[in-house]
Amino acid sequence: MDRYTEQRLFGLLARASAALIVGVLALVVGVTLYRGGRVFLTDPAVAITPPGSRYMLDGGGGFLHAVLGSLFIVVPATVIAMVLSLSTAIYLQSDYSSERTSEVINMFLNVLWGTPPIVYGVFVLTVIIAVGAQTSLIFGVIAIAIFQYPIMTRYADEALKATPDTVKEASYGLGATRFETARVTVRAALPGVIAGIIMGFARGIGDAATVLFTAGRSTQMPGGPFDPATTLPILIFEQAASFNAEVRSHAYAASFVLIVAVLALIVVSKLLAGRYARFAPGGRQS
Amino acid sequence: MNNQPALRTDNLDVTYTGNRTVTALDGVSVDFAENALTAIIGPSGCGKSTLLKSLNRLHEIQPNAEISGEVHFGDQTVYNTDEPLPELRRQIGYVPQTPTPLPMSIYNNVAYGPKIHGDYSRKELDDLVETCLRKVNLWDEVADRLDDPGAALSTGQIQRLCLARSLAVEPEILLCDEVTSALDPISAEQVEETLESLKEEYTIIMVTHSMDQARRLADDVVFLYLGELVEANDARTFFENPQADRTKEFISGHGASTHLEESDSSDSGAKPDEQQESAGDEPAPVQQ
Repeated sequence: MDRYTEQRLFGLLARASAALIVGVLALVVGVTLYRGGRVFLTDPAVAITPPGSRYMLDGGGGFLHAVLGSLFIVVPATVIAMVLSLSTAIYLQSDYSSERTSEVINMFLNVLWGTPPIVYGVFVLTVIIAVGAQTSLIFGVIAIAIFQYPIMTRYADEALKATPDTVKEASYGLGATRFETARVTVRAALPGVIAGIIMGFARGIGDAATVLFTAGRSTQMPGGPFDPATTLPILIFEQAASFNAEVRSHAYAASFVLIVAVLALIVVSKLLAGRYARFAPGGRQS
Repeated sequence: MNNQPALRTDNLDVTYTGNRTVTALDGVSVDFAENALTAIIGPSGCGKSTLLKSLNRLHEIQPNAEISGEVHFGDQTVYNTDEPLPELRRQIGYVPQTPTPLPMSIYNNVAYGPKIHGDYSRKELDDLVETCLRKVNLWDEVADRLDDPGAALSTGQIQRLCLARSLAVEPEILLCDEVTSALDPISAEQVEETLESLKEEYTIIMVTHSMDQARRLADDVVFLYLGELVEANDARTFFENPQADRTKEFISGHGASTHLEESDSSDSGAKPDEQQESAGDEPAPVQQ
């Protein structure tokens, strides 16, 4: 095979794989939007109506409980994971830890990253049993935060590593403390840090396994931090498995809400990242 | 040296203990005169930047740097001291080689230092920012867009912004690490003019690759070779009547050595090789 055939063949493979991925994505989003959208046309309030007392059986009411459950679990979890992961990522830079330490910690982070979320769920369940508590919203928050933590830390660590050392030198050279310098470095790395936070949020809001044993699969409105709750992914699973056709159709409506939320988040993160990239050293895009 | 030294190193040793141990500075004792511009010259990798950074302990942010000896700053000591490091670094400022804006607006780039060190009213900050930007001849170019990101300026403007930023914390000494090496000739000339005017008020210690620049700007010259001090003298004596053999070799070899191979320059020792240096540790001229 001559060089030019080789080049053509690879070009074909590259285009085909890109087209395949985009096609599958478009199909998933399209089907969800179409079938979910249809439910919203006939019953526009389904996502903001509390469920009836026998929702899973007769589809009475809507699934506001899971929408709120998702928000109440994932938003605080993201905030907790963000604080922890940013602190860890700063610690991993050379100002605080030696190269060896950060290598070891990075290895642990990789292990955590690769751990299936159901394992976190079971781990937190063990804790729940040990302290004699019941599945509740607060444990969902803890499980999701643990799940998000390695994802956000890796993003933040990579972003901080990619900022030029001269930013640090410049800040120290002005007489800044380590904390002040860390804040400057984080600002310089903000586009990457934000991408990591949004990614953590999106992964958190879409995960079912961590929530299953920790917050539970409640079909009632969340009462408080120590009451059972549920999130959209678990609801979708339950709805799709229902024998009631109306409840099954609600699964698309719930997926619709989830997908629109994730798409919106990605757009927001792009806008934010672009806004801060203007300030990053060497950044000129607006 | 004519004046009382502003800064004096006493038998300074710096060793990097990474994968292999490298002695970057070996027993360097040298005086830096007050309100003068001292150029540190020497071939690549001879410890110029290390000497510069060790003067305000900036090399300590790299892992694996070990140091012994002492630096005297007036009647203070830089190493054996109880004073917090940030206070010391405020008095001995540092301008990095690559023009690096802080990730904030032009105004805040200059105001950042004063803000972390003390309480200033908005009015005082405004005045300070203007004064510093005027000192580096940047005010007229940026006065109407102080809220733009620092990164939106040209490379040469950023380097002058960096100088202004360092001046804003009112240091006594400015350490400049090859501040013109990443700049085009015109911007470099502007920065040189700025340095020229600043040395009335400040003690400036700069590392440079360029002998011509040292000739143009320096009052005193410090010549390092492989981590050792070869000669420190006032510029006129250094260039016209060098004392050490290595200096003579370095000065005479400089003009003729531009086409030397890398191996030649390492064999013949003191001859610097511009091409090798630019391949070695100069950054890409423009970062986009």
